[in-house]
Amino acid sequence: MAKVTVDGIEVEVPNGATVLQACEAAGKEIPRFCYHERLSIAGNCRMCLVEVERAPKPVASCAYPVADGMKVFTDTPVVRNARRGVMEFLLINHPLDCPICDQGGECDLQDQAMGYGMDHSRYREEKRVVKDKYVGPLIKTIMTRCIQCTRCVRFAAEVAGTPELGGTNRGENMEIGTYVEKALTSELSGNLIDICPVGALTSRPYAFVSRPWELRKTDSIDVQDAVGTAIRVDSRGPEVMRILPRVNEAVNEEWMADRGRFSFDGLKRKRLDRPWVRRDGKLAPATWAEAFAAIAKKLEGLPGDRIGAIAGDLVDAESVLALKDLMAAYGSANLDCRQDGAAIDASRGDWFRFNSGIAGIDEADALLIIGSDVRREAPVLNARIRKRWSLGKLKVGVVGPKTDFTYPVKVLGEGPETLTALLAGQGFAEVLKDAQRPMVILGRGAIARPDGAAVLATAWQIAEAVGALKPDWHGFNMLHHFGGQVGALELGFVPGQGGKALGAMMGGNIDALWLLGADGFDPARIGAETFVIYQGHHGDRAAARADVILPGAAYTEKDATYVNTEGRAQQAFLAIHPPGEAREDWRILRAYSEGVGKTLPYDSLAQLRARLAQAAPCFATLDAIPASGCTDMTAPASNVALGSAPFVAALPSYHLADTIARASEVMAECASIYGGAAPRLAAE
Amino acid sequence: MSHPEPDHFAFDADSNAQIEKIVARYPEGKQASAVIPLLYIAQKQMGRATGSAWVPRVAMDAVAERLSMPPIRVYEVATFYFMFNTKPIGRFHLQVCGTTPCWLRGSDDVLRACKDAGHLKGYGDTSQDGLFTLSEVECLGACVNAPILAVDDDFYEDLDYDRTVALIEALRRGERPQPGSTIGRQTSAPEGGPLVLHDVPAAGE
Repeated sequence: MAKVTVDGIEVEVPNGATVLQACEAAGKEIPRFCYHERLSIAGNCRMCLVEVERAPKPVASCAYPVADGMKVFTDTPVVRNARRGVMEFLLINHPLDCPICDQGGECDLQDQAMGYGMDHSRYREEKRVVKDKYVGPLIKTIMTRCIQCTRCVRFAAEVAGTPELGGTNRGENMEIGTYVEKALTSELSGNLIDICPVGALTSRPYAFVSRPWELRKTDSIDVQDAVGTAIRVDSRGPEVMRILPRVNEAVNEEWMADRGRFSFDGLKRKRLDRPWVRRDGKLAPATWAEAFAAIAKKLEGLPGDRIGAIAGDLVDAESVLALKDLMAAYGSANLDCRQDGAAIDASRGDWFRFNSGIAGIDEADALLIIGSDVRREAPVLNARIRKRWSLGKLKVGVVGPKTDFTYPVKVLGEGPETLTALLAGQGFAEVLKDAQRPMVILGRGAIARPDGAAVLATAWQIAEAVGALKPDWHGFNMLHHFGGQVGALELGFVPGQGGKALGAMMGGNIDALWLLGADGFDPARIGAETFVIYQGHHGDRAAARADVILPGAAYTEKDATYVNTEGRAQQAFLAIHPPGEAREDWRILRAYSEGVGKTLPYDSLAQLRARLAQAAPCFATLDAIPASGCTDMTAPASNVALGSAPFVAALPSYHLADTIARASEVMAECASIYGGAAPRLAAE
Repeated sequence: MSHPEPDHFAFDADSNAQIEKIVARYPEGKQASAVIPLLYIAQKQMGRATGSAWVPRVAMDAVAERLSMPPIRVYEVATFYFMFNTKPIGRFHLQVCGTTPCWLRGSDDVLRACKDAGHLKGYGDTSQDGLFTLSEVECLGACVNAPILAVDDDFYEDLDYDRTVALIEALRRGERPQPGSTIGRQTSAPEGGPLVLHDVPAAGE
């Protein structure tokens, strides 16, 4: 540790820390453009100049290591003058078009120019102009505004692992871009907008839409993948204007995946905004009372085992519990939340959770990925693995299709036979055995197949065999795909005693099927005589099959709890109200239950949440993960044998993976540009 | 890009032999350090093959692939150094040094001679016959024999207007005059031969 005095305040910082970090520890704010705590240090903007005792000139604090006994001054005439000089140079070529700039109001350059800029310019010569670059459908560039901090270059190369941006040419002619025009291939490209300190990289869908001070900001959780990214929903009136990530060190740090960020225009399209009832074979608009009456009439008198319910991928825990309770009232145990048919055994939490935790990746020293395209299933989590890899000494083995993970991996094989070999202790199993904290990541897609139970059991046994299951370290991890999947599993929304699973409910084996946002399977599998109730927010393929449609709320439109792949329960808040007559889903179920005399035992969200906390322990403490470590090594049961089919990518198209994204024009454009073709392997 | 780009580039046997030697100089995993020499080899090969020593984009990609580095890192280097021509140039690259010592010693005359004899409009221009491209360069580090004209990699020193014209005419005829001083100066010794140390006895005298 080094003792440093900053403006008379003594702080202790680790050796090797920078002066800027010492200043922050002392509570001094240092202006900066190029420095970003999650990127490598560039030291090229020179805005963070401070004075250090006995240094002959101001030093760039972001790139200057501390020394014991150092005295730093952050607010002297020398420092202020130096920063003013830097600001004047930065503004020489900056267009000062703040009134028409989308960054206006949340621009680092604008803010710091208030502190260090002059009220007029002494520069009378021609300003330089840079041609705008095309970097894809999500990011708009106005490169004349660029101050060449190279944050985007470093983000693309270091965090996203897609080194496609660079600074070409030199001096006055230096430009940031891809040199050869191309759309950036990263699933994290939206973060470039956040890290750009000026208005050079802005959001294309958000261009000229709104000013930050007009927006109401609501904390929420991204449900479009299973990472549980903390987000902020910015809304104006009845519309979501944009979605930004919030900082949550344990989950997403400060990054966010593109699908969650840019597909919100899907919240305005293809929405179910009123109840519909099928009359004479055609869906007709109806009132809530008529819709409820139609359902009640059908369900009345049906035996419980002829009624079933399926929960979708984006559902909140509250409505899942309400539906489960309603089904119990009808005496039905036909519940399922595994639309993909994944052979998940929900009887024990650590059989389906990401037990090491996302932050646990930082501690892992060997990693086996089974049947998961982590980059496209959970881009933020993949960035965490990449971050761990870039710190060195992480060996990654992959069983599954060969894709670009953005870090080097050893492809061990493509099918289950490789798992058998690993279980026998061959090859990569040695690496895992030698590791202190080995991790196994099992993709949900790898068990959504006929031999899924065997794959699950084998993956667990591999984890056990290589010593990944220890009292202080749980190295078995399942990676889910969407934000509603784990919550439903935690609540046990799976077939009860004698209940039918999804497959058994198909083909007319039941008479009535309640779909809670369940759009993830082909509705043609449902028997022609089955009465289908679709409760959800988007008129996707399942709604078209429904006999009664109950319009529900999307994740931005309700106070709801979601559980991420780790088993971390997090609350999202209502940002805007559901459109038209749509209502929060648990209230729909509660209202229906009262009408049929099976009143659910909760009248308020608080009561329902109390019931949630009883139903599953993860809801009792929010934003926490179950204690790490494995004491019971019993493997999940399997009564099938491993097959031989190779593992395939679970989500064929990243940009169209869920029902909100499928309604989004932005995502449709992305899908047409990026297509299904895998991006070129990053040469690194 | 305003100029035609070839759609294919592959290192030939000559280049490959050189590349192998150069890449071997760097420790395993640090091969990307060889990017500058490899770009130079690519540019030379283009000169041999097409008569125009430049680095097309496909050649940069070939360098990136050979060194297992992202192509953008190669583009950055190739566009940073003006020694790499990212556009096609003439058969002979006339590089006039305009830095102070050369300028004091008459680089303006050299420039004028290049324009007149090479039929060039000015810096950045390539002559109609595709023989000459004129560039201004910064100090070439041979100020003692200023002014200097670098033709490709060869320095021609102690130039004036007439000798520059003669040089360019010779190049046009396909000759390659001996590089170095054009007035017969011995390396960087004074004009007309050494002025001091005449009487140093030879060893053994």
